[in-house]
This record gives sequence, C-alpha cells and structure tokens, in this order.
Amino acid sequence: MPVIQTLYDAILNGNAKAAKEITQTSLASGVNPQALVDDTMIPAMNEVGRRYEANEYFVPELLIAARAMKASLELIRPLLSARGSEPVGRVVIGTVQGDLHDIGKNLVGAMLEGAGFEVIDLGVDVSPEKFINAAKEKHATLVALSALLTTTMHSMKGVVEKLNESGMRPGVKVMIGGAPVTQKYADEIGADGYSSNANAAVALARRLVAA
Amino acid sequence: MHPLLTSLLAHAPVVTDGAWGTELQKQGLAPGEHPDLWNLSHPDRVEEVASRYVEAGSAVILTNTFRSNRIALASHGGGVDAAALNAAGVGISRKAARGRARVFASVGPSGKMLMSGEVTEDELTEAFAEQCHALAVAGADAILIETMSDIEEARIALRAARTTGLPVIASMVFDSGKEHDRTMMGTTPEQVAAALADAGADAIGANCGLGIEGYIPVCTRLRKATTLPLWIKPNAGMPEMAEGHITYRTTPEEFSAGSLALRRAGADFIGGCCGTTPEFIRALAAALHPAR
Repeated sequence: MPVIQTLYDAILNGNAKAAKEITQTSLASGVNPQALVDDTMIPAMNEVGRRYEANEYFVPELLIAARAMKASLELIRPLLSARGSEPVGRVVIGTVQGDLHDIGKNLVGAMLEGAGFEVIDLGVDVSPEKFINAAKEKHATLVALSALLTTTMHSMKGVVEKLNESGMRPGVKVMIGGAPVTQKYADEIGADGYSSNANAAVALARRLVAA
Repeated sequence: MHPLLTSLLAHAPVVTDGAWGTELQKQGLAPGEHPDLWNLSHPDRVEEVASRYVEAGSAVILTNTFRSNRIALASHGGGVDAAALNAAGVGISRKAARGRARVFASVGPSGKMLMSGEVTEDELTEAFAEQCHALAVAGADAILIETMSDIEEARIALRAARTTGLPVIASMVFDSGKEHDRTMMGTTPEQVAAALADAGADAIGANCGLGIEGYIPVCTRLRKATTLPLWIKPNAGMPEMAEGHITYRTTPEEFSAGSLALRRAGADFIGGCCGTTPEFIRALAAALHPAR
C-alpha cells in the first residue's frame, strides 16, 4: 500500500488532530489498518527519529509527533486486536525506588507507545517487587528502568536480580536509561540494553523484543 | 543594572560556590532523601556546607532550596510547608555568610513538563511565586533561577521572581545536540539570551550538563548575544562510573585553569555545579584573583 502522505506529514509535524481525522477517513474508506501502521505511520515515526538523531528535531518535536502517532493508534488498535494481532511488545516502565524524576521516563513511554508498544507505566519510586509483579501480571516482554540520580541507579541491579530469581528471564528483557546510566553499567548489572535517549530507546526495544 | 550586581561586578569575575548535594551527602544525607528537608531537620549540617564555601572564597553562596517549590515537594509526598523550608534555607546561608558573602537564593525546576501537560503555566506561576516570595521575605540578596531545561518554565519562574523586586539571574542547562550547545528542548544560546532578557533577567547564564571546556563556546555565544552579566557554573566534567561509584574526573587545578578561559569568553560570575567542592572554589579564587 502506498504512503498516505497527509497522515505521514501529520505525524511528522506532530499534528494530532489531523492525524486522527485522516486515520478516521482512511479507515472509513476501507483501508487495511495494519497496512496504515506499517506503510505510513511507522515510516513517519522513523523519519522523526532520524531527524532527532540529526539534531533537526529536539524533545518538543519528538513529543508532539509521538502524541499524534498515539492519537492515530488509539483508533487503529481496537481493530487490530479484533483481528487477533498483538502489540509489538508489552513494556512495564518506571523510575526506580527512591527516585522521583519522571520526565525521561515519560518521554520514553510516549515514544514506545508511538512505536506500537503497549506501555504499562508504574510511575516513580517503584520497588523491585512492584516491577516483578507487574511484569508477571501483564505478561510483559520488556521491563524499562529509569533513574536520574547516581544514588538511586543502583536499585536497577536489584530489579535485574529479582527478575532472574523469578524465572521470567530470559523471556523478559530489561532495558535501562537515565542521566548517570551507561552501557558499561548495563553490562555490569546484567541488563539487556541501555539507551541514551528516547529515540534510541525505541530502536533498542524493537531489537530486544525481536531477539 | 541592579545596584547589587554593579557593586559585585566592580570586583569581577565574581567567584560563586560549588555543588551542595554531594557535600550534604558527605554530611550524611541519605541517597534519595530530599536535601532541602534538611533545612528544618539538620540546619547545622547545611550551614557547615555553606560555611565551607564562604571559607573557600565564595563571594556569592546559594541556598539549599533548589527543590523547595511546592510541585517538586508534592512528588516527595507533600505535607511540607514550602515557605518555611525556603525561609530556613535563606536563614542558614545568611548565617554562614556572616556578611562576607552575598546570598543568592536557588530556585530549580518543577520536575514536570509544561508541553506534555503534566503541569500548567498557572500552577508553575503559583509555585514559583510562593517560593520566591518566601525567599525574599527571609532576606535573600538575589534570586537565581537555575538548571532549567525548558526556556518557557525559566521565563515563568523569572517573571514570578521579579515580583519580589530582587535582582534575578536565570541559568539554563546546555547538554543537547551534536555540539552540546542546545537545551534539552533544542534552544540555542542566542535564543536563550533573547528569551531571558525579554522576560526581564538582570543576568543570564548556564550551569550543569557540561564540564568547563563545554561551557567556553556556549559562554562566548551568550556574550555575543547579550550585554547582561553572565553567570556560569560548569560540572567537574562528566560523571563516570568506576567500581560502582560515580566519579567526576576534572581536578580543582584543571577546573581553575579552565576558569581563566571562561573569563576570557566573557563570564562574570564563575562557580561550579555537580562534582565540584570547596577545593574547586579555593583553586578558582586563587586563579581568578591571584593578588588577593
């Protein structure tokens, strides 16, 4: 199916209202919802990501594009589930125990939703037990941990250890991020991946669920 | 220019202070504990940190009130009197200053994002006005809006601070973009200078996010873009992990050497952010004012 340029542009420019309207019109005219996602919406978000990496887009553009994508996906998702198609993956996301910073976590959550993941947001100051229980209940494929403070990031290690003990690994992958977090730290604690920004987090999440 | 800034800048560059959070941790602040709550529970230890900066040669010290706006406090469970916390913070720094340093009251971000609707402009205005009013009544010499990532939030805080009649400085974090010359929201030094001057800042600047080398080009661009005094507080380099601990690699000697370049780039107020200590300030004062 060819790209629906108006929808592509609406997402790229973060116009949620237009994205929603065009999606409605397209669905009403009988367009295949899966093709809409695969051939127009995901390529649009990929272009948003490319522009972010190229420093043409910054956080505001990323956020409004994700919001437009979400507005459109909310119309499409019920149709996809009715056909028995599953989300790309289920992510349990939260800021670790003792840490109350949520801007980075919210950004990553919005971008993952925009990429078609089902996102279960546990909020801030989340204990390892809470992460484990939510991952179990929601049949998560991914657990995403955020920390802004050097003093709280060590709680990430506890979550990985508890997940290991729970027997859910390696089916459930762990990705981490936040200002003080590094790839080296991810390797040290046995997390499956690290990303330095919300856009790279989407690519990482896709790679982890595909693995 | 505000008379207070004029008198301080007669001895430019003005040496400000270094990091507080890490110093409070050396005094026993637990990881994840709200540092500002110590203004009421451990005022003596907070005063110890402030005193060390005064002894090291800070002509301006801040207050332990970075997160004392009601929005940031609410995410810590609430139940805290924001005004009392701010007043106590100013009282502690004034006591430590003993007339040897000026007290600039620290106002940090709300921790919520305007553009994603987590907080409204009215809520921010109310929270910052409440905080700034309490800081002013308690006797702060000036208000410093610092570590802002969003120019809109900085402008809201700035306008709220100006209603106190005190001089107001606004400082942004530059850490994004290929050249690390943008705020998180993509704003350039030139745009920052214009937006903060337009909102009535008495001085503008940059802090956190980058080490001292990183802030030299940012400072140069701010200098070209404005005639307002410039306030710069870099980190002690970028944090690195070593054996499970966070370390900052820049030494006080490297930092003070860098400060000379920062002065040449046009900085008027120079101090340190994350990872800096009283030792950094001592080295800074010696480098910038060798005759004293």
